[in-house]
This record gives sequence, C-alpha cells and structure tokens, in this order.
Amino acid sequence: MKNCHEITRLVSQGQERRLSLGERLQLRLHLLMCRGCANFEKNTRKLHRLMQAFARGQNEKTPGDDLK
Amino acid sequence: MIDHKDLPPADEPVAAFSWSLELEPFRVDMLRFASVQLNDPHLAEDAVQEAMIGAMKNAHAFAGKAALKTWIFAILRHKIADILRKRQRLVTASSLQGSDEDEEDLDGLFDARGHWNPDDRPSHWGDPEQSARQQQFWQVFEVCLNHLPPNQSRAFMMREYLGLDSGEICTELGLSLSNLHVLLHRSRLRLQKCLELKWFQPNQPREEYHA
Repeated sequence: MKNCHEITRLVSQGQERRLSLGERLQLRLHLLMCRGCANFEKNTRKLHRLMQAFARGQNEKTPGDDLK
Repeated sequence: MIDHKDLPPADEPVAAFSWSLELEPFRVDMLRFASVQLNDPHLAEDAVQEAMIGAMKNAHAFAGKAALKTWIFAILRHKIADILRKRQRLVTASSLQGSDEDEEDLDGLFDARGHWNPDDRPSHWGDPEQSARQQQFWQVFEVCLNHLPPNQSRAFMMREYLGLDSGEICTELGLSLSNLHVLLHRSRLRLQKCLELKWFQPNQPREEYHA
C-alpha cells in the first residue's frame, strides 16, 4: 500500500503522463479512503486550471469567465 | 484599458516610442520571469530587451485580441527558448539538482510513515472561479509562484505557464524525466500549501500571511 506522500507523487505524475492501470487502481482506492489526498488531487487539477487562466492573462481582464 | 487596435504601425519613430511606453509596465515582470528561467541576470536583460524590440518591430501583428501582457510574454517565451537551445546543456543536471534546500521543508508535511500531518492535510478549496474573480487572489497567486525555490519555479513555469511538454523541458534543463517529476511534484505540494495558508484556509486571517 502506498502512503500519502507516494500518492501525491502519483497524482502529480498523472498530470505528466498516462498512469498505468495498476497505478490508477491504487490511486482510486486510496482517494476513496483518504480525504487529504482526495483534496490534493482535486486541488492539483484546480491549480492547473488557475495556471491556464493566469497564462492567458486572466488576472488582467475579467477573471473567472474561462474557468467554467 | 487602452484599445490596442488604435495603435499606429510601429515603423514610424513616434509610434515606436509610444509602443515602448505601453510595454514598459511589463518590464519588471518580464525581467523577473526571464531571470528565473535563464538563471542569469545578464542573459535575462538581453532576452527582455530583444523581446521588446521584437514586439515593436511586429506591432502590426498584434491583433488586439490577446491581452498585451500575454502577447509580449509569448514573444519573451520564444526568446528564452532560443537562448536555452543555443547554450545547449551549459546548465547541467548536476547544477539543477540539490541547490533547492527544501527537502526537509516538504517532508514536514508528512509524518514518518508518509501520512499527512493533521495541520498540513489539504482542505477543500471550493470553486476556484470565485477566487479567480478577485484581483486580490491573483496577487496572492503571484506571491506564491514567486516563492517557489528557483529550480522548482523554472520547471513548473515551463510546464504550466509556457506550456512546454516534459520532453522539451528535460532537453532544455538537462534533466532526466524522473528529476523533472520530482521538481513538479514538490512545486505542486509547495504551491498548494502556500495558497491554502494565504487564501483558501477559511479560519486563518489573511493579513498575517503577507509575504
């Protein structure tokens, strides 16, 4: 069983490459049981969307519209 | 906001001068970004200068659709990528590793068994749209980005801001894929922690966390 530290590593790598079936199963199972890691996984995706908005200069104009 | 569609072509000296005034407010941000990416203040200065000149030469190509900052940063991005390719692997893997002394810091998020410490367990952020509408949020966001250790910042910004793919970043920084993954993992942990402390954690007064 992977611990939370290792799970966050998998979550981060999930942004960079397609995880293997085994990795995805491990991840899903852990996220079902662990609120902290489940939040980390959601926040990683939110952070990515915020970065995209930031790169588009979203902070310069009417922010928020492109995040829908 | 100025309507950039009204700008005259930059082949006239007066117009070029007015362009340089338009671009001036972004110089500090550009310089900071280029310094982190290139790890060299003189090269950064050159890159920003060239991007400014390039922007003035190509003023006619600015359609006024993108925000001016986004446009000038896109030009800077190409300059930086050029410089990185030209100097090949002068920044070697060994010089990129180990200089960020943040290992202990991040290990502090987890206990000895690798589980979250209660105070560091990530919380629910709610809807980022709501935050994104607030100018103050983006100020906090920039503070957190600027607080990343240099190696993490370089890797994370190349990935998530410049939109380079993993292979390109590894080539440009002379990193192995697993080194890159380590840097990105750490920067995500650190950025999220910073945003929680300074913005998302509901029971903390925000004033205390000004950097």
